[in-house]
Amino acid sequence: MSWAFLRDLLSGVNKYSTGIGRIWVAVVFMFRLLVYVAAAENIWKHEHDEFECNIKQPGCENVCFDHFFPVSHIRLWALQLIMVSTPSLLVVFHVAYRENREKHHNQKLYRNPGKIDGGLLCTYLISLILKTGLEIAFLVLFYKLYNGFRIPRLVKCDIKPCPNTVDCYISKPTEKMIFLYFLVATSCLCIVLNLSELSYLIFKYSIKCYLKRHMKKQQ
Amino acid sequence: MDWGALHTILGGVNKHSTSIGKIWLTVLFIFRIMILVVAAERVWGDEQDDFVCNTLQPGCRNVCYDHFFPISHIRLWALQLIFVSTPALLVAMHVAYRRHEKKRQFRKGDQKCEYKDIEEIRKQRFRIEGSLWWTYTSSIFFRLIFEAVFMYAFYFMYDGFRMPRLMKCNAWPCPNTVDCFVSRPTEKTVFTIFMIAVSSICILLNVAELCYLLTKFFLRRSKKAGNSKQQPNHENKEETKQNEMNELISDSCQNTVIGFSS
Repeated sequence: MSWAFLRDLLSGVNKYSTGIGRIWVAVVFMFRLLVYVAAAENIWKHEHDEFECNIKQPGCENVCFDHFFPVSHIRLWALQLIMVSTPSLLVVFHVAYRENREKHHNQKLYRNPGKIDGGLLCTYLISLILKTGLEIAFLVLFYKLYNGFRIPRLVKCDIKPCPNTVDCYISKPTEKMIFLYFLVATSCLCIVLNLSELSYLIFKYSIKCYLKRHMKKQQ
Repeated sequence: MDWGALHTILGGVNKHSTSIGKIWLTVLFIFRIMILVVAAERVWGDEQDDFVCNTLQPGCRNVCYDHFFPISHIRLWALQLIFVSTPALLVAMHVAYRRHEKKRQFRKGDQKCEYKDIEEIRKQRFRIEGSLWWTYTSSIFFRLIFEAVFMYAFYFMYDGFRMPRLMKCNAWPCPNTVDCFVSRPTEKTVFTIFMIAVSSICILLNVAELCYLLTKFFLRRSKKAGNSKQQPNHENKEETKQNEMNELISDSCQNTVIGFSS
């Protein structure tokens, strides 16, 4: 089980997406997943070993690190990637349900089980809303947990067993900040893509509905 | 998800590239990505652990390392490779869209569609003309820009391409100016120069491909102009009509669609 599983999952979702949805999948693969695996993971690899406090008191470093990093940035990033990709599964399940129904009744119930209309449209819209909501939730979590998207070079810590206020130094703060900003930028891009896909679908299907009603009235 | 997945995605684009494009892709994968993964990552692996400063002051090493390496070489190269590979996706999207359109025409039983079955459509190699030419050329243009920007960023951030052995640091909390020693400076310099050299080769290949495509475009245009100036006899009229129809069929795309299955 690794990121390849997520990649295969999303490739499956690709089939039932709109054009903007496919661009979203490409952005998630190239600019989020690949950057995470190829670059970001290594920056945070030895973050605990490289976290240094100006004190010899045993336990002080551990306690301070735990206080300032309740959940490491890189773990939050990984969680965000997984949570944000998961709502697309709703669409896959719905299509599978449709195909199962057709098999069960042994007749063609839908013109095309993979086409986004009717119930599948609702599922697709719900998945888009969930994706956007989760993106925003994680960004807010990052902001609240770490007081903005800055990573300071020095943090002052005075938790027991540290005897006084000690200076603790974070490793590679500039590099971590650059990648954090990259994460925020790609999240915002994905939010914009999701919102435009949402508006596109709502617009398209309301026009369709309106035209259908108009034709019925004329008849 | 790793570089292997990128290889699968870009491998699909390879079929529709020019010969220079295929050489560029080979250079990218063998001399850049493979070298990065197999060798360069090991050289920079123990970067901060073996960065040693001549002081016992806790925190001084961290701060000095952060000051001299705002973003590690290896991460910068990884980002450069990702950004440089991304424009090829535009071409992949466009090709996938054309295939999708042709499959739709085939399913409708359109008489204009000249394919015998869906497998033929899947395996077909599209020629770089019409709107695909514009997509392809813009992807090369963006590639060039990204390469140039990253090379400049590299040069700007590290004051050249050499890795010094010794750096003098006086950032707080270092008590005075302390000497800090970089691990494996010569090996890092060698790999840096290697990666820069291969980037330059890739830039040259992209420039050559751009010139080739522009030359082909202008030659084709002058041929068309030459043909239209000739005496319009009956056969020519039919030929031009057929050419126009073929162009209309192949240029019928408004939206782009990504397909990761080639």
